Amino acid sequence: MLKANTDIVRLNGAEKHFGAVRALNGVDFHVGAGECVGLVGHNGAGKSTLMHMVAGTLRPDGGQIAVRGNEEASYSVARALELGIRCVFQELSLCPNLSIAENTRINHPSLAGFGWRRRAADLIRAKLDEIFPDHGISADDIAGDLSIGRRQMVEVARAFTLTREPLHLVILDEPTSSLDAHTAGQLLSFVRRFVEAGGSCILISHVLGEVLQNADRIVVMRDGKVVAADAADVFDRDKLVAAMGGAEGHQKAAAETRKTEAGALRVRARPARQQDGKELVARAGEIIGLAGLAGHGQTDLLLAIFSAAARAKAGIEVTAPVALVAGDRQSDGIFSQWSIAQNIGIRSLGRLRNGLFISPQREAELAEFWKKKIGIRTPDMNNNIYSLSGGNQQKALFARALGSDAEIVLMDDPMRGVDIGTKLEVYDLVREEAAKGRTFLWYTTETEELDNCDHVYVFKNGRIVANLRRDELTEEKIIQSSFGDAA
Amino acid sequence: MRPEMTAIAPGTLPKSSPRGSAARARLLRGLLPALSLALVLMAIAWLNPRAISYFGFNLMLNLAIPIALATIAQMFVIAGNELDLSIGTFVGFVGCVTATWLRDAPLLGILVLLGSIGVYALLGALIHLRNLPSIVVTLGMSFVWQGLAILVLPKPGGKAPDWLLSIMSFKPPYIPFPILAALIIAAVVHFGLMRTSYGVILRGSGGNAAALRRAGWSLLKTKIVLFALTGLFGVLSGMALIGITTSADANIGNGYTLLSIAGVILGGGEFVGGRVSPIGAVIGALTLALAASPLLTFMHIPPDWQVAANGAILIIVLAARVLISRRER
Repeated sequence: MLKANTDIVRLNGAEKHFGAVRALNGVDFHVGAGECVGLVGHNGAGKSTLMHMVAGTLRPDGGQIAVRGNEEASYSVARALELGIRCVFQELSLCPNLSIAENTRINHPSLAGFGWRRRAADLIRAKLDEIFPDHGISADDIAGDLSIGRRQMVEVARAFTLTREPLHLVILDEPTSSLDAHTAGQLLSFVRRFVEAGGSCILISHVLGEVLQNADRIVVMRDGKVVAADAADVFDRDKLVAAMGGAEGHQKAAAETRKTEAGALRVRARPARQQDGKELVARAGEIIGLAGLAGHGQTDLLLAIFSAAARAKAGIEVTAPVALVAGDRQSDGIFSQWSIAQNIGIRSLGRLRNGLFISPQREAELAEFWKKKIGIRTPDMNNNIYSLSGGNQQKALFARALGSDAEIVLMDDPMRGVDIGTKLEVYDLVREEAAKGRTFLWYTTETEELDNCDHVYVFKNGRIVANLRRDELTEEKIIQSSFGDAA
Repeated sequence: MRPEMTAIAPGTLPKSSPRGSAARARLLRGLLPALSLALVLMAIAWLNPRAISYFGFNLMLNLAIPIALATIAQMFVIAGNELDLSIGTFVGFVGCVTATWLRDAPLLGILVLLGSIGVYALLGALIHLRNLPSIVVTLGMSFVWQGLAILVLPKPGGKAPDWLLSIMSFKPPYIPFPILAALIIAAVVHFGLMRTSYGVILRGSGGNAAALRRAGWSLLKTKIVLFALTGLFGVLSGMALIGITTSADANIGNGYTLLSIAGVILGGGEFVGGRVSPIGAVIGALTLALAASPLLTFMHIPPDWQVAANGAILIIVLAARVLISRRER
């Protein structure tokens, strides 16, 4: 009981059901003052549900929640904010139509009255400067105009701004998923400073290295339960993966040697801003990585290649059908009103046709095939796409691309915020499809993923600055090229 | 066009657009309503130079005030991602009440008008709580308002209260009254919605309702406030209309529903996402009011073509808007 007073928040036996699904199955969880707790687990393990409870956005069906030793009978978002508990949610929660200062005001009821606009702008600017020096964001920028990485920076900074309400605990749900290595480092070192100054933090991340290096204590969840919880230095990467379950066998399968003979030319593309002769070349059966800091022209090139497949374009040559797996799946990937099967079938309508109509039977067959092949976890492919967890939604988008006739698959950092089990499954699938002759162009912000690639092009300021073969690929080289003064 | 612009796909996602050009596109889009108004004014000046005078503006814009007020009313619901298909018949109902009870039994009239704003607030609550599509609810309400208007005033007639007549026939020095009124309406609503701290919450509810809920705001309250504001400006629109026409008719406001939606969109607003502009909406209303009858009269086109002319303007401006967005991306 004495210990309870140093707890910021404590849940005992928390339960939550969504219909027949048990999202949380009697979870005990606590965060102490001045502690950074890492929370890991596959997508669908119940991490987000647990965090929604701590943040007050979901009510538990059973169990108690206590803040600083006092049991909270009617816990809500407003109550959580009053008690100094805040959350940066995985889905971006800025209003795209408002400026950065206005978005800051939304989280601070006390930013009202005369001069609130200037106070809000000063507040967020100071916090951005503190966490991300040289962030290049103005308080007057409209949120919708910012890149996804910058939006995430704003959201994180906003959670740490202080006005009238106290600030004791910040929940960071995948805070680095859209940040490049440089800004992610800035954020994590800020989190350490915050914790050392007495604040508390829950860090959810699928990048296990981040959790191992920055958390004081790690809690592992699986199937709605806590399966392991201990000091961070007790764990290493393999132990974490083992505790999360079921992914060990896939490790480093990428290291196997791959065929080296050159296939037929599939894509030859020069970025619009490229001034020297460097260009991206992709052949049949190759997996090509696009690396560098986030937002340095990788997405633009993928999109240019995508549109060049439909209509000839100067500087880009594409010789086969193309499919794109979007990274920002909420805005660019998913048809939110449609079922999982419809979301998968949209890229293959030509083949699903029966006369003038889409054959529901063929659509169901295609969906069922990919459900098995890629392991989409759902009782029924006719359910709405939003009935899936984030990782499974991304799998459906992969199924859309891989189920189509496309020989070239463009991937726009599609694995952000996806759990490691899903990732490893998809990596295997990508290699398997590449072995059958498909070409993959893979933009990623996670250096580990580049291990799957045959060739890596490093981008800076919209240009290709380096072309690394698989055997000369190291993290240092990528960082060197990303930050170097290449023309 | 610079080479790097041509090389990027037209369908490129907004997230990859550099912010400088996004801001430029926004500025250009913001100027578009003013530009279209200027174009219409120039056309009128060229066709009939005498119309550009104190007297001419009073005459050409006399119906612009109720249209602008109705457009502002519509803008509030659109800011919350809803649509009000009943604003036209509501304006008509308010007109009938104004021309009868407000003159003969002022207390009853005021109560009825305040009550009708309350009905709007309740509609907002209903739409939020039962998660109903506002189009359906307000379409139903449009028949209710129309029926009530006919009950209040079965035959065209009635008379506006004298105080209202004198307000609407006010002749300020130098600036024609409709222009002065438009300036005041635009300034007041712009301040209230775009500059105050609660205005941010109202617009945010259209931009990302989930984010607002998580920050602890009541979406029920924002919806009620937005609908009540629509009711309030609908009442003002109906009263202004009767102040100008002096007598009422149950069908007097029917055209305002689509006119108000067109005005909001013409003024740079969007149906979803909480992107609205009060100044733009007022300009849009003025443009439609001018283009509808005075411009056509000067061009010797029969008034039957009014609606078509409004439609043509809308299509031209929206096409220009799309072109700007494309080029800047």
